[in-house]
Amino acid sequence: MYIYADNAATTKINPVAMDVMNKCMTEVYGNPSSLHSAGQKAAEVMQKAREDIAQVLGADFREIYFTSGGTEADNQAIYSAAAFGEKKGKKHIISSAIEHHAVLHTLQRLEKEGFEITLLDVGEDGIVRPEDVRQAIREDTALVTIMYANNEIGTLQPISEIAAICREKKVIFHTDAVQAVGHVPINVREQNIDMLSLSAHKFHGPRGIGVLYVRKGVPLFNLIEGGAQERGRRPGTENLPAIAGMAAALKEVVSHMAAAEEKVSSLRDILIEGLSKIPHARLNGDAKRRLPGNVNFCFEGIEGESLLLLLDNKGVAASSGSACTSGSLDPSHVLLALGLPHEVAHGSLRLSLSEENTKEEMYYIIDAVREVVEYLRDMSPVWEALEKGEKEHVI
Amino acid sequence: MLYSEKVMDHFQHPRNLGKMENADGVGEVGNAKCGDIMKMYIKVDDGIITDVKFNTFGCGSAIATSSMATEMIKGKSVEDALELSNQAVVEALDGLPTHKIHCSVLAEEAVKAAVKDYYDRNNISYDAALFAEGECPHCHE
Repeated sequence: MYIYADNAATTKINPVAMDVMNKCMTEVYGNPSSLHSAGQKAAEVMQKAREDIAQVLGADFREIYFTSGGTEADNQAIYSAAAFGEKKGKKHIISSAIEHHAVLHTLQRLEKEGFEITLLDVGEDGIVRPEDVRQAIREDTALVTIMYANNEIGTLQPISEIAAICREKKVIFHTDAVQAVGHVPINVREQNIDMLSLSAHKFHGPRGIGVLYVRKGVPLFNLIEGGAQERGRRPGTENLPAIAGMAAALKEVVSHMAAAEEKVSSLRDILIEGLSKIPHARLNGDAKRRLPGNVNFCFEGIEGESLLLLLDNKGVAASSGSACTSGSLDPSHVLLALGLPHEVAHGSLRLSLSEENTKEEMYYIIDAVREVVEYLRDMSPVWEALEKGEKEHVI
Repeated sequence: MLYSEKVMDHFQHPRNLGKMENADGVGEVGNAKCGDIMKMYIKVDDGIITDVKFNTFGCGSAIATSSMATEMIKGKSVEDALELSNQAVVEALDGLPTHKIHCSVLAEEAVKAAVKDYYDRNNISYDAALFAEGECPHCHE
């Protein structure tokens, strides 16, 4: 048995999207910028993809910019708003402590360049308070950027409320929606979103392609210089097979999103219920206001990487926010932001589901996790100290 | 693959895993805050380490380096055990990723801490400088 439960990392390609990409590579090989018919055929395929994606998001096709993925889209949105703000003497940006590194590291660079960054804390539930955003907005605030759904703990942020506050205060609002698009309904127009980043491989599309949506009227600066592609804002010959594959994958997922949401969230809740029965285990993030497929637990007294490796032995592919899986010595900034102590944050496990998972797999995972946690606790001096009462349980 | 076959073998089938009743020396090193703690138990007869056990809280390489270190000191004299270097553990495991080298430092420290405990319990004098080296600064914050 091999159970893939790491869909927040990446997803398996949708066969329809793959088919579209294959056809695109073999039949639509022209450059969309070329005037001959091969080029124009490619331009048409690209236009159709742009319109399809715009329609799903509730945007106009002129507001869709293709990028190399979510990271580039986040970078461009933030640098662009910063550059525009700076021209008006606005050098303050608001974000949250639980953002993806594509946002956090971009903000850190701007901080070195003289911007002031306010990172809002989240509650124990892993959710940003809209009122905190309102309080943090100043005369010189150039941008508010808050993720739609967290990549580790899956918490859904109150984007509509936050965006409404930003609109009222006339501050540009960007959301990194990489984990959310294709999984929960989003409408940029109705939700007052000025900029949004998405990545195709999180919804069964190809890697290396994403979108930055930029509302008409919001200025956009480019990160790189070159030709006139993407209205000059993102130069470089377009990756047409990936663009067409992304559009096909997105159309596929949204065509049955409500049913998928229901199915996947019921699988999620089976896992949450089962894993909660392990002693001294804790669900991270709000139990309901979270992505349909996200489960994130901490188990006291063990370390996440060894948990992952042993689960892999049992045929379960998962992820962890432990330091050892991140290549640094500190555990996940998201778990620390929830107020968890370092040693507990080291023992985290993320399982992220897709429609392809089954109930039987959930029961298998629960048993596998329970066995591995017991085994690791049995050899853990930390657990021994907890059991002997030399150390106090945190969870 | 992140880890060598040897690392995976020692991680999946750790040697000398467990606790020890009536150990002659016990050493515990590391910090849960950093994500790894090793506890090593030794049994000493006539200056020879006749048995060794370990318990570890940590990642795959922390468990593998503990396991390898116990194999490398079992049957050796305590003096020889003190000679065990983290590099020797890394080499015996066919290498470790750069950011995991500190696990091998911890394994070396765990052996030393167990021997030091043995010395202390038996009032055996030693050169304190022996136990001052190879500390992982991050783990002692």
